[in-house]
Amino acid sequence: MVHSININGTTHRVDVDDDTPLLWVLRDNIGLTGTKFGCGVAQCGACTVYMDGQPLRSCSMPVSAIGEAKITTIEALAGKEAQAVQAAWVKHDVPQCGYCQSGQVMSAIALLTEIRKPTDRDIDLAMNGNLCRCATYVRIRAAIHDAARTLEG
Amino acid sequence: MTAHDISLSRRNLLKGTGALVIGLSLPQSGRAQSGAAQAFRPGGAATFAPNAFVRIAADDTVTVLVKHIEFGQGPFTGLATLVAEELDADWGQMRAEHAPADVKLYANLAFGVQGTGGSTAIANSFEQMRKAGATARAMLVQAAAEAWKVPAGEITVEKGVLKHASGKQGRFGEFAEAASKLQAPAEVKLKDPAQFKLIGKEGAVNRLDSPGKSTGKTQFTIDIRTPEMLTVVVARPPRFGGKVASFDATEAKKIKGVVDVQQIGSGVAVYGTGMWPALKGREALKVTWDESGAEKRGSRELIAEYRALARTPGTVAGKHGDAEAVLGKADKVIEAEYVFPYLAHAPMEPLDGYLEWNAQGALARFGSQFQTTEHQTIATILELPPEKVQLETMLAGGSFGRRAQVSQHLAAELAMVGKAIGPNRPVKLVWTREDDLAGGYYRPLFVHRMRGAVKDGKITAWTNSIVGQSFFLGTPFEAMTVKNGIDATMVEGANELPYEVADFRCEVHATKVGVPTLWWRSVGHTHTGYAVECFIDQLLQEAGQDPVAGRLALMGKHPRLVGVLKAVADMAKWNGPGPVDGRARGVAVVESFNSYVAQIAEVSLGAGGEPKVHKVWCAVDCGIAVNPDIIRAQMEGGIGFGLGHILYGELTLDQGRPVQANFDSYRSLRIHEMPEVEVRILPSTEKPSGVGEPGVPPIGPAVANALARLGRGRPLSLPMVGGTV
Repeated sequence: MVHSININGTTHRVDVDDDTPLLWVLRDNIGLTGTKFGCGVAQCGACTVYMDGQPLRSCSMPVSAIGEAKITTIEALAGKEAQAVQAAWVKHDVPQCGYCQSGQVMSAIALLTEIRKPTDRDIDLAMNGNLCRCATYVRIRAAIHDAARTLEG
Repeated sequence: MTAHDISLSRRNLLKGTGALVIGLSLPQSGRAQSGAAQAFRPGGAATFAPNAFVRIAADDTVTVLVKHIEFGQGPFTGLATLVAEELDADWGQMRAEHAPADVKLYANLAFGVQGTGGSTAIANSFEQMRKAGATARAMLVQAAAEAWKVPAGEITVEKGVLKHASGKQGRFGEFAEAASKLQAPAEVKLKDPAQFKLIGKEGAVNRLDSPGKSTGKTQFTIDIRTPEMLTVVVARPPRFGGKVASFDATEAKKIKGVVDVQQIGSGVAVYGTGMWPALKGREALKVTWDESGAEKRGSRELIAEYRALARTPGTVAGKHGDAEAVLGKADKVIEAEYVFPYLAHAPMEPLDGYLEWNAQGALARFGSQFQTTEHQTIATILELPPEKVQLETMLAGGSFGRRAQVSQHLAAELAMVGKAIGPNRPVKLVWTREDDLAGGYYRPLFVHRMRGAVKDGKITAWTNSIVGQSFFLGTPFEAMTVKNGIDATMVEGANELPYEVADFRCEVHATKVGVPTLWWRSVGHTHTGYAVECFIDQLLQEAGQDPVAGRLALMGKHPRLVGVLKAVADMAKWNGPGPVDGRARGVAVVESFNSYVAQIAEVSLGAGGEPKVHKVWCAVDCGIAVNPDIIRAQMEGGIGFGLGHILYGELTLDQGRPVQANFDSYRSLRIHEMPEVEVRILPSTEKPSGVGEPGVPPIGPAVANALARLGRGRPLSLPMVGGTV
C-alpha cells in the first residue's frame, strides 16, 4: 500500500508492502544511500537514522510503524554538533573502509546533542551498538572528545 | 618482492582535455586492450584515462589512478603521497581514483596480475608511483622553461607552484596542455629521502577518502542505482557442496516486486525491484537440495580428526637437528595443542556487485580485489571478448581477504545472475549478512600440536604438527605458494622460527574438507603466530626466563625483530609480566609480509572471568614509513580486528551447517572492548613493506601470554570467550 512518510523535512509517498523496513525505503525507493545495510537485525548500527531526533536502527523499523514521525538521515545533517563531529572525523582520519561510519557519525552526534561533555563511559554506552569491523574505535573515541571540546568553544 | 624497474618513457595525450597524462611504456596488445575498453562504457561518459597513473587537469587537480582497491588500508592516500612527493604537489590538489582493470598497465608488480593483497600496495608501488610523479614534474618544468624562455634547471617547484628567480611563477594546470605535447624524459631522478616533504612526515597529509566517508557521500557498490536495475539475492545450499535438486517459485513470484526467479550455478536467483521484495521472494521460494555430495562433518568431528592426524607423520615443512630424538630422551616434554576455529571475514559491506551487459559489451562495477582474473571470469561466462568487458573497481566496505577470491565465485555469480535474466537488464547482486556468514570461504580450521623440551634453562627441542585445509592446493593459483607439495600459507611463521632452537621439526597435513576456505587478514600468521608465540612463552616460563629477555637471547639473527621487541618493552616500561594489581602483561613479536611487529597487552579478568584488555603497546618496523598516521591506524585496526576474533570469533559447523547466522551470534569487537593503543614506528631506511595485515598476528598470543600469568593458562582452544568446541 502507499505510505506517506516524512524524510528530511519532505513528505514522500511510497508504494511498498507494510513490512518493508525503513532502511530499504530510504535506499531503494527514495535514493538516500548514505544509510547503510550491515546486518538487517539491529546488531551493527550501520543503518542508524533519527526518528524525531532519537537514533533508530532503520533496518528493523517497518515503514507502516513510522506514522507522523520525522525521519532524519545523514544526508540532511545540520547544526553545530553535526559540523563538530564530521570535522573531528576528518581531522582524526577516523574512517578506514568507511562503510559503518554513517552510522557511527549519526550515533556520535546524537550523543553530543544529549551530553555535551561525554565521559569514556558515556561514549561506550552510546556507541556500543555501532560495529566497526576495521576497529576504528580508538579514533572514534578521540574524535568524539575532540568534537566535545569544539562545542565547548 | 621485486619491484620491476619500469622506465616511464611514453607520454600519452588525453585529446581535448588539456590534461597531462603520464603512462607506462606498454606493448601493442596492451594498447589495443586499453583502447577498446575505453571506447565502450555503457554506464555513461568515460571519466577516466586508461594506461596512466597521473592526470593533471587544467583546473590544477592532480588525479592519481590507483591500481589497488581501497577498502580501508589507505592505498588511495598512500599512492597519491608517492606521486605528490616527487611532483612537489600541494596536498590539497591531490585526488585519487581507482584505475580500470588492465593488466598491462596496472599489474601488481609482486603478482604479475592486477590485484591487491599480501600487504603489497605500497611496497610494489613505491618506485613506480614516485617515477610517475617525477616524470610529470620534469615535463611541467620543461613546459614552463619553454614558455618563460629560461633554462629548466633554474626552475623550482614547491607545493604545486613552479617558480623562476626572474619572478615568473605558475601552477601545474597552466602548463598541463603544453607539457602533454612534450616527449617524456627517458630517465628521471628520484629524490634523496632526505629531501622528502610528505613521505614519512607526521601531519603532512590527511586521508583523501575521509570527507566522503564522514558524510555518507562515498559511493559503495551497494549504493549503485540505475534505471531498470533489479536487485538480486540468491538462495544457496545450506551445506557446502549441495546442489539444487528442484525448486518451486510459484509463491515467490506472487510477492509484489519480484520480477523473476532463475536457477544459476550457485543456487536460485530471485530478482526484485528492490532488496525487500527480493528477500521476501527468496523467503517464499521452495528449494529442494541435493546434498548427496555435500560436506556433512561438523567442527567437532573435524577437530577430532585433526587431533588424530597431528599424531601421525606429516610432510616435513622445516627441520634442523633431530628434535624427535631429543624429545625422546628428555626428562620432561612440554606439550600444547592449539585449536583454531573457522572464521568469517564479515566485512561491513557484504559481497555485492553490479552488472549491465548486452551483445556489444558489459560493464561490471564492484569491489574487485583481483581485477585481472575477475575480468576474465565475467567475460568468459558472458561469452564476450575480454576487450568488450569493462570492470570498474568500487570503494568497498572492508575485505580482510574476503574479496580476494581464488575461486572467482563472486564475479562468476554476478555474471551468471546477469546472464540468466538476459541482456539490457542491469542487476545488482547483494549478499545479506546471513549469506556472508553461511557462505564459506572461511579462515580454515587448524590444529597445531606442539612439543618441546627444556634443559638447564635452555630450550633444546621443538616440534610442531600442523593440520588444516589448504585453499591453494589444486587451484590455478597453486604455483604462487605451493612448493614440494607444501602450501606455504599453511606453515608460514611456523616452519622457520626466529628463535635459535638446536633441534627443530615442523610437519604439515593438508586435509580434504568440502568447506570452502580462504586467506583471512594475515593469512597463515593468524594461527602460526598464536601457536609459536604462545609456545615460546610457555617454554621460556618453564625455563625460568623473562618473556622479553628470554626471546631476545634467542633471536640474535633477526635484528629487526629484536628492534621492535626492545622498542615495545621500552614503551611499556617492561618490568616482567606481573601481575600487578590484578593486571598481567603478555608479549608477542611476529614478522609477517616483511614487516615486524611487537605488542605488549595489559590484561585483567573482567566480569564473568572474561579477559579485559586495557592497553596495547605496539612497535612496528615496516621499512620507510610513507604515511605514519595510516600505519598507526592499521596497527590500531589490526589489533582490534585480531582481538575481536581471538576473544569471540568462531564460525562453527554443525553437521556441515554453519551455526552463527548474524552479528548476534558472530560476536564482533565493540567500542567498550577496544583497548587503548600506543604505536611506535621505528625509523628505517629499508624498503617499505606492508601494514594492512602485520598488526593482527601478535595480539592473540600477547593476550594469551598475559592470561597465563593470571592463572588462566594460555587458551588452547579459540575463541577465548564462549567457545562451543
